[in-house]
Amino acid sequence: MATPIETLPAAGAPGTALDGGRPPRAPRTRATDVDRRHRRGASRWFVLAGAVLVAVIMLVPFAIMVLNAFKAPADYSQNGPLSWPVSLYTDGLVNFWERVNFPEKLVNSIWISGTVAVFGVVLSLLSAYALGVGRVRGRMWIVTLFLLANMLPQEVLVYPLFQMAQEVGLSNNQWSVIIIFTVIQAAFGTYLLSSVLGTFPPALLEAASLDGAGRWRTLWSIVYPVVRPTLSVLVIFFFIWTWNEFFIPLVMLTTNATQTIPVALASLQGDRMMDAPTTNAGALVSMIPAIVFFLIFQRTLTRGITAGAVK
Amino acid sequence: MSTVERAAPPAPPRRRSSRSRQRLGYLPYLLPGLIAFTVVILIPFAMNIWYSLHKWKGGNAPLRWYGLGNYTDLLADEQFWTSFRNSIAMILAMVVVPTLLGLLLATTLFDVLGKRFGPRVASVLRATYYLPQILPVAVAGVLWNWILNSQTGAVNVLLREIGVANPPNWLGSTDTALPTVMLVLIWIQIGYPVVIFMSALQRVDPELYEAAELDGAGWWHRFRAITIPQIKPETFVITLTCTVAALKVFGPIYVLTRGGPESSTLVPSYYSYLNFFDKSKVGYGAAIANVLTVLIILVAVVIMVLQARSARREEAGR
Repeated sequence: MATPIETLPAAGAPGTALDGGRPPRAPRTRATDVDRRHRRGASRWFVLAGAVLVAVIMLVPFAIMVLNAFKAPADYSQNGPLSWPVSLYTDGLVNFWERVNFPEKLVNSIWISGTVAVFGVVLSLLSAYALGVGRVRGRMWIVTLFLLANMLPQEVLVYPLFQMAQEVGLSNNQWSVIIIFTVIQAAFGTYLLSSVLGTFPPALLEAASLDGAGRWRTLWSIVYPVVRPTLSVLVIFFFIWTWNEFFIPLVMLTTNATQTIPVALASLQGDRMMDAPTTNAGALVSMIPAIVFFLIFQRTLTRGITAGAVK
Repeated sequence: MSTVERAAPPAPPRRRSSRSRQRLGYLPYLLPGLIAFTVVILIPFAMNIWYSLHKWKGGNAPLRWYGLGNYTDLLADEQFWTSFRNSIAMILAMVVVPTLLGLLLATTLFDVLGKRFGPRVASVLRATYYLPQILPVAVAGVLWNWILNSQTGAVNVLLREIGVANPPNWLGSTDTALPTVMLVLIWIQIGYPVVIFMSALQRVDPELYEAAELDGAGWWHRFRAITIPQIKPETFVITLTCTVAALKVFGPIYVLTRGGPESSTLVPSYYSYLNFFDKSKVGYGAAIANVLTVLIILVAVVIMVLQARSARREEAGR
């Protein structure tokens, strides 16, 4: 790993390969001379600085938000957005909290997202069981249809759904949103799960049927325990996706009492009460739940994003 | 439908009939999903097509048959064309730039920082890039809307402090609104390709790089000859999902600009929403949504066909 090699041209490469007595994992970090100059010299610090700079750019809006959520309006107009608050100002937070009745919005969001996550996964599992394990006729078509449905812009469904909800007495009712998203999420869940269940070990199924287990029992005592990790990823995904949904809740939930957090925050835009601290405090408390989920489920999520990508 | 079944190896007749009877037994499990899908997606979709053939003010107003009139009206509608032109800007901001930048960041994190400064540094940076992705997009939009506000927003207050007399009205002027929205969308979107590309890079067999190194290939050469082809599946997935998302984008436009000023940031989904709920032109809004749907499905099919073809070529090359 001595630096002189840097100055040598291509000769460095075979040299590294013949370098004996190294631990087995070492080749991964071994590099050609070009790289070595790139990585070992001062330039790696430049690379780090560049990556950190991007990270800072990503974080600046959050920093500005936190700084100004607790800064009095007068302080803001005098000292600007980057100053430390002169004193801790909590009126913005209190204003927002009381005006939108934040605890109610939190309960609404949790209720809608949680119900959708559970129903959506159950519906996905049932359909995927028939498609993946049962190999129902025309399954390719059904799965393709579900996948396409997932790509539909919601605008193409929203007006008829809005009409239907009014006709069955579900206008401005959270159940309308729950039903719609259960189906939309389950369309994706079915697509994903049926490809997972399509490779379910047949030996396990045969053993179950030899033991006299019917389809229902096979599903819950053989299939369910095996795919549970995938299901838990789906539950988290459905929850967060539904939590972040905006368009359909905006249209379907027309009064304050039924709205979710993003809709409640967005509908306050342009309101005279929304001065700088109130807006920032509103954005801050509205994003805290999402950040908390992310921290709790970070591992599962990054694993899930990856799984979803290769599927 | 039957082509799929025919592909299965032929089985003795008795077993086959018993198996198909067995398959029928699974139908009850599919039924709830199919019914729900029909009620929530197929029927509304069909109704939307039906609406688009009428002039309708919505609610209890009468539907008046208009045939394909809404669609021919669209062709002459300047705003409609603007909205689809802006979709190209959305694709630039949500697909092209994030994918290229994301690939650059992911390789930097994986190749340099992960190896030279330890995996913790790389994973902390990755989480930071991903942070905007986990926020409800409407919430991120409300925050940016304030930051970019011409009077009270953080950016302009700061610019005035350092002596800029007339800072731009970022979201409020026709020259700057679209580029500004695009920057916000890049900020929102960038973490997604970074995370996926990083997991893709972990999948690549390190022996390939070692072999290339032995042949004296430099970093750039290895990147082009090994990395790019190896992570092709992920690149397709990112292109597909982000393009569909860019064509569908609604939330950020709603909270940032409402399509304004003067339609300079109008996108198809918002234009359709506007016609449905603001202008009470339900048939027209339905027609816009249908055109958007056709476009999305076309684009998605093209990307999927390209993906399948590239996978097949790889298979053949092996």
